[in-house]
Amino acid sequence: MANAAPNRTIARLVRLSWLPLLLILSACHIDMYDQPKYKPNQPSDFFQDGRAMRAPAPNTVAMNSFRPDSPLYTGKLNGELTTDLPPEIKLDANLLARGRTVFNAYCAPCHGLAGDGKGVIANRGPLVVPSYHTDRLRKMAVGYFFDVATNGINRMYGYGGRITAEDRWAVVAYVRALQLSQNADAKALPADDQAKVDAGK
Amino acid sequence: MSAQIFSRNANANLRVSVIAITLLLFGIIAALIGLYLSPWYTDAGVAKAQPVPFSHKHHVADLKIDCRYCHNTVERAATAGFPATETCMSCHSQVWTTSPLLKPVRDSYANNTPLVWNRIYDLPAFVYFNHSIHVAKGVGCTTCHGQIQTMALTSKAQPLYMGWCLGCHRDPAQNIRPRDQVFNVDYDVQSLPLAERQQLVADYKIPTDGRLTNCYTCHR
Repeated sequence: MANAAPNRTIARLVRLSWLPLLLILSACHIDMYDQPKYKPNQPSDFFQDGRAMRAPAPNTVAMNSFRPDSPLYTGKLNGELTTDLPPEIKLDANLLARGRTVFNAYCAPCHGLAGDGKGVIANRGPLVVPSYHTDRLRKMAVGYFFDVATNGINRMYGYGGRITAEDRWAVVAYVRALQLSQNADAKALPADDQAKVDAGK
Repeated sequence: MSAQIFSRNANANLRVSVIAITLLLFGIIAALIGLYLSPWYTDAGVAKAQPVPFSHKHHVADLKIDCRYCHNTVERAATAGFPATETCMSCHSQVWTTSPLLKPVRDSYANNTPLVWNRIYDLPAFVYFNHSIHVAKGVGCTTCHGQIQTMALTSKAQPLYMGWCLGCHRDPAQNIRPRDQVFNVDYDVQSLPLAERQQLVADYKIPTDGRLTNCYTCHR
């Protein structure tokens, strides 16, 4: 028949018409899993030191993160270690609870849960951590504790980069509470606690 | 006379082939599903080699160091914060100061070069996960990161499939804990009865109106 040959070609094409459906397989791709943007701590070949996270430029601070004359950020008022909590910090039970949480997380490994310098790390190294329960430190200005927590002292590293200023003041308040706990006058206790002390518990 | 086109067994061959190919297809699909759910693909439970064999078991279970000591920004940022070498050195400048295992740490600190770790928990870049909101709403560290205090070498505890995240987002009461227990690695979520956990969901104002399962919440 005159139309036999074109019909056979068309028939062959119809038989293979499912092949373009294989293109759907190209929809499987994971190239969006790693996008050309930096996530924290990723390496970078753009910068010479290989880090994508950049340190702040020298002699700069992030906005609203530091004021050199503010006791909130420095622990010092007019160059002297401040003896009161800064006005931005409100002394209440929440502050002390937060201070306990932060102290137990960051400070207790060396300073001990009771602030007596008998933390797990202190026990493992040739490390003598001073106890807070000495007259010298009980009389010390609160700004001193904040300054040490921020900048470190002797072999202690500073924690200013790891703990926010508000949390550091919470820790300072909690240290004061710890000092009181180990040096309280028994007569100042509430009645039932006093009864326990008297009974030798 | 024309020859027979089909052999004597052609019918049987066809029937067997159809059944066999169908079974083969199901088998291949099942194998692929099993493969992509398995640790071979997800790396769940597979400890990766690191430059320093850091042991969470030692630091968390033995020394009882809080998660936040190293993962500083977990309460206030999307990223939990990977510790800088300085964090390691704040203790290891005083303890294990000559250990050969810690030499990369000391070198990194001395030369100001970063340690290159192999990332364990890596979500795809189109997933915008925020640690601080989870921690603030009562999702504990061990809920997602497993019993980290038993891992001498760190591995992924969960495959991090979207279906797993959605499981909790659809019913947060299954995994919620009191906020003050979020960093307690030994806390058992099941120790609180379901009714109290549902109360926590209400107290912590976790939305149950469908916002948690909205695509935009995670795929901004």
